[in-house]
Amino acid sequence: MRYDQARWTEDEDRYEPLLAEKRSTEVAIDSTDSALPADLTRESLTLPELSEPELSRHYTRLSEMNYGIENGPFPLGSCTMKYNPSFTEDIAALPTGSVHPDRSEESVQGTLELLYRLQDYLGRIGGMDAVTLQPPAGAAGEFTGILVAKAYHETNGNDRTEVVVPDSAHGTNFASAALAGYDVVSLPGGDDGRVDLDALTAAVGEDTAALMLTNPNTLGLFERDITEIADIVHDAGGLLYYDGANLNALLGRARPGDMGFDVMHYNVHKTFATPHGGGGPGAGPVGVVEELAEFLPEPRVRPTEDGDGFELFSPERSIGRVHGYHGNWLVLLKAYAYIARLGDAGLTDASAKAVLNANYLASQIEYDIPFGPFHHEFVASATSDAADVAKRMLDYGVHPPTTKWPETVDQALMAEPTEIETRRTLDALAEAFNAVAAEDESTIETAPQRTAARRIDQADAARNPRLSWQALAENADEQ
Amino acid sequence: MPGREILPYWSVDGYRSTHTMTNHDTGSPFAPHTPDETAAMLAAVGVDSEEELFDIPDEVLFDGEFGIAQRSEQSVIDETKAVLGENSDLAEFLGRGHYDHYVPSWVDHVADRSEFLTSYTQYQPEIAQGFLQALFEYQSMLVELTGLPVANCSMYDAATALGEAATLASRARATTGETVLVPELLDAGRREVVENYVAGTDMRVESYPMADGNADVTALERRMDDDVALLYAETPTVRGTIEEQLTELGRLAHATDALFCLGTDVVALALLEEPASVGADVVVGGAGSLGLSTSYGMGLGLFACRERFLRQVPGRLVGASEDTTDRRAYTLTLQTREQHIRRERATSNICTNQAWVALRAAMCIASLGPDGLVELANDCVKGAQELAGKLDAIDGVSAPVHDRHHFREFVVRVRAAPEMRTKLEERGFAVHAVDDHLLQVCTTETNADERDRLVAAMEELA
Repeated sequence: MRYDQARWTEDEDRYEPLLAEKRSTEVAIDSTDSALPADLTRESLTLPELSEPELSRHYTRLSEMNYGIENGPFPLGSCTMKYNPSFTEDIAALPTGSVHPDRSEESVQGTLELLYRLQDYLGRIGGMDAVTLQPPAGAAGEFTGILVAKAYHETNGNDRTEVVVPDSAHGTNFASAALAGYDVVSLPGGDDGRVDLDALTAAVGEDTAALMLTNPNTLGLFERDITEIADIVHDAGGLLYYDGANLNALLGRARPGDMGFDVMHYNVHKTFATPHGGGGPGAGPVGVVEELAEFLPEPRVRPTEDGDGFELFSPERSIGRVHGYHGNWLVLLKAYAYIARLGDAGLTDASAKAVLNANYLASQIEYDIPFGPFHHEFVASATSDAADVAKRMLDYGVHPPTTKWPETVDQALMAEPTEIETRRTLDALAEAFNAVAAEDESTIETAPQRTAARRIDQADAARNPRLSWQALAENADEQ
Repeated sequence: MPGREILPYWSVDGYRSTHTMTNHDTGSPFAPHTPDETAAMLAAVGVDSEEELFDIPDEVLFDGEFGIAQRSEQSVIDETKAVLGENSDLAEFLGRGHYDHYVPSWVDHVADRSEFLTSYTQYQPEIAQGFLQALFEYQSMLVELTGLPVANCSMYDAATALGEAATLASRARATTGETVLVPELLDAGRREVVENYVAGTDMRVESYPMADGNADVTALERRMDDDVALLYAETPTVRGTIEEQLTELGRLAHATDALFCLGTDVVALALLEEPASVGADVVVGGAGSLGLSTSYGMGLGLFACRERFLRQVPGRLVGASEDTTDRRAYTLTLQTREQHIRRERATSNICTNQAWVALRAAMCIASLGPDGLVELANDCVKGAQELAGKLDAIDGVSAPVHDRHHFREFVVRVRAAPEMRTKLEERGFAVHAVDDHLLQVCTTETNADERDRLVAAMEELA
C-alpha cells in the first residue's frame, strides 16, 4: 500500500495560507449601527472576510490534508478508532432532537426517553446498577467517578487520601485523581505485565480511596487475578474503578460489574463508535453499583411514577453537576443509535472480531511482542526509534500505532486495529510494519515524505510558541 | 432476504470466499469478516475459535444477555425519529448561558467531511495539518476577540472552562488566597461545576451581591481582600444585562493581587468591551452558540489568558513551526502541561475535548466575517430592546426589569410567572420562570419571526 496525501502549497514558505492571510477586514464599531454607548463597546474588530465559495474551498483543502478513519486504517492503540456509521449522524441532525436544555421536562419527553434507554443499555453492558450520562469525555467520567467515590467515603466518615493507579495506566487516571484532590500512588507492574498482587497489597491500606484499573490493561492483557484484586481493595475499604477505555475487548463476554468494579466510565467515542472529531467531542458516562447511585451527578433520568413518561431527578446525596447541562447530548444520541443497531449479537461480535484482528495482525508482523496473551490491542517493540518508525508508516497510508507507551515495552508500538478491518487490510498493515522494519535508518529518520507536511520540528514549536496568526505576524516583524 | 443468493465476496487470490458476509445478520454489520476469512485468520493465529482468544477466568465470564435486539438501520432511524417526535414543538425563548444562532448550511456540509469528523487528536501532525490549521485559526480568532495572546483549542463548555480557570488560579498565584468570588446570580449549574473543580484544592467558592443585574461594586470593594484568588464576573450576565463596570472590577481584583476572570460568549465579544482592555487575566465562556444547534446543552468552552499563564493553560494548544522543507506547519505544542506526559502534575485532566465543535465555530465566525459578527451582536442588543419594549406595553407586564443594557435576553415582571410560563408552553412558547413574578425571555435571529406571536400570547395571558 502506498499513499500520497493531498498537499496544497502556496509558495516556498507555506502550504495552504491562513484565512487571515487570504483576506482580513477591520470593522470600527462606531461605524456600525450600534445600540450601545461607546464606553460599553470595543473599538474595532479585525477578522478574515471571505465569501462562501472561498471558505468552502479553504476548509475542503484543509480536510484533504487530514486523515480520518474513512481514509484508511487507524490502528492507534488505546483509542479504538472504529468506523463511525453515517446513519448516526443523520439521527444526531434530527431537528426534533435539538432542544434547549432549560426546557420543561414535559416538553422534552422524547429526549428524556432516549437518555433513559441509553442509561439502561449502558448499565446492562457494564453490569452496573445506575448510570449518569453527564460527563462530556472519558477524563470527565474519571473525575466524576472519583468524586463519587470521595463522596461515598466522606459519607461513611472516612477521610481517605490516596488513589492507587498502575504505572502503565492512561495519563488521565493520574490527572483525574489529582484533580479530585487525591494523592496518587503509582503501582509498579508485575513481570508478566499485570498487577502484582504483593505490590498491590503493600500499596493499599486505610488511606486508599480507590484503585483505578483498566481491563484488559494497556498491554492488552486481561488482569486474570481481578477477583483477588477486587478483594484486596475492598478488604482495605477502598473502591474499584474501571477505566472503560478498553471495553471494546470485552463486550458480551465479561462485564466490569461482574468483576467486582464499583464504578466505571464508558468511552462512547471508543466502544460505541461515535466519531472522535479530531479530538472531541466524546462522552464519558459513568456507571456505579447500587451503593453509590445516590452520589451520582444531578440530574438523572427515570420513568415517572405513573409510568406514563420520564422525569429528571437529583440523586439524594448528589455530588452536583460536572457539566453545565446534560453533557454531550448529540454524541450520546449517536451512541444510542449504534447500540440499538448492533444489539447483543453485534456488540458481542464486534469484540470478538476486534480481538481476532489484533491477534491476526500480531501474527503477521516481524516485531517482538513481549507480553501476551493480548486482546483487542498489543504492544510491539521496535528495533529503532518507535517515533521514527511511526513517521515512516505514514508513507504507507497507515495511521501509525500509539508510540513509546506504555513504557513497560521498549520502543513501544501499541496497535489496535479494531473489528472493522478486513484480512486484506490487515495484511497491508502488516506489510507496512514489516517494510519499515527492513528499511535503513536514513529512510526512517527522514520520513514522512508523502504526507501533506514533512517532518515537523516539535522542539522549535515549544521553544518559540507561536499560537496565533497575530503571533506569527509579530514574529515576522521581529526578524 | 431469505432465499436470495448473494454473490460471494472476493477480491484477489487469497481472499476468495465461498460464503457470504453473514455478519450482516448475526454479528456486527461493521465487522467485514466472512466465515472463510475468520477461519483463515484463526488458523494463522493458531487457535480453533474466537473464544480461545479470550484469556478470561471462568468466574468472571458473562453468560447472560444484554437483552438488546439487533435492528436494521432503517428501523433504528424510524424509531428514534418517532421517540424524538415526542418532544413538543415549541418556539424557544430560552437562554441563560446557552444560545441559538443560525448555522449556515455549508458549515454542516464541510464540517461533516469524514477527514475532519472521523480523525483523531493530532498526535501525528504531518498527516493532520488540516485540522491543526483549522484549530490554529480558531485560536487566532479568539485572540482577536479577547485581546489576550493565548487561547486553547477548546474546553467542554462554559461551566467547565470556569472550573479550569479556578484551578489555574489555585496553581498560578503565589499568594495565599483561597476564595473564588462569583456573582450571586451565577447559573446554579455553573456554580456546582466550579465547586466540583475546586474540590481537590484549598479553594472555596463564595458569592458577591449584585445590584440591578450587575455586580454590586460597592459591596465587592468591601469584600475584596488578600484571601480572594479569583474574581469572576460575567458580561452579559445570566440575566442578559451588560456589565457596566468591568474596568472597575478588574482594578478591584488586581488591587488585592487576585486574578480577574471574565465570563462571556463568542458573539458578545464582537461588540462588548475587549476583555484585555478591562484587565481580564482569563476569559472563559461559551462558543457553541456559533456552530451548534441548541443540542440540549452540548457546548464549546472558550478559554483564553495572558501570556504569563501560558505554562498553566489547560487542554490542547496548537502552535506553528516548520517542517524539513522550511514551510510553516502546525503541531500540538507545550504538551508537557498535559496529562499524557505530566500525569498527576498536569494542568488539567482534559484529553478528549470539543475540537470538532471548535472547527464549526471557526467556520461560522469566518462565514460571518467581522461585519457580519458585529451586526449579529448589534442585533442581539436591538432585538432584546425591541421585544422588551413591546412586552412592557402590555398591561401587567414590565420589561426589562433591570435598568441596564441587555444582550439577547432580559427579565420580565408579570403577576404570576410560573402560571404564565405553563400557559405560554401550552400555546407553543418556551420561556424561563425565574421566580414567582419574574420570567426571562431570550431572542436571537432564530426566533425573531416568533416575537410578535409571543407578544400577542402574553397580552392575552397577562
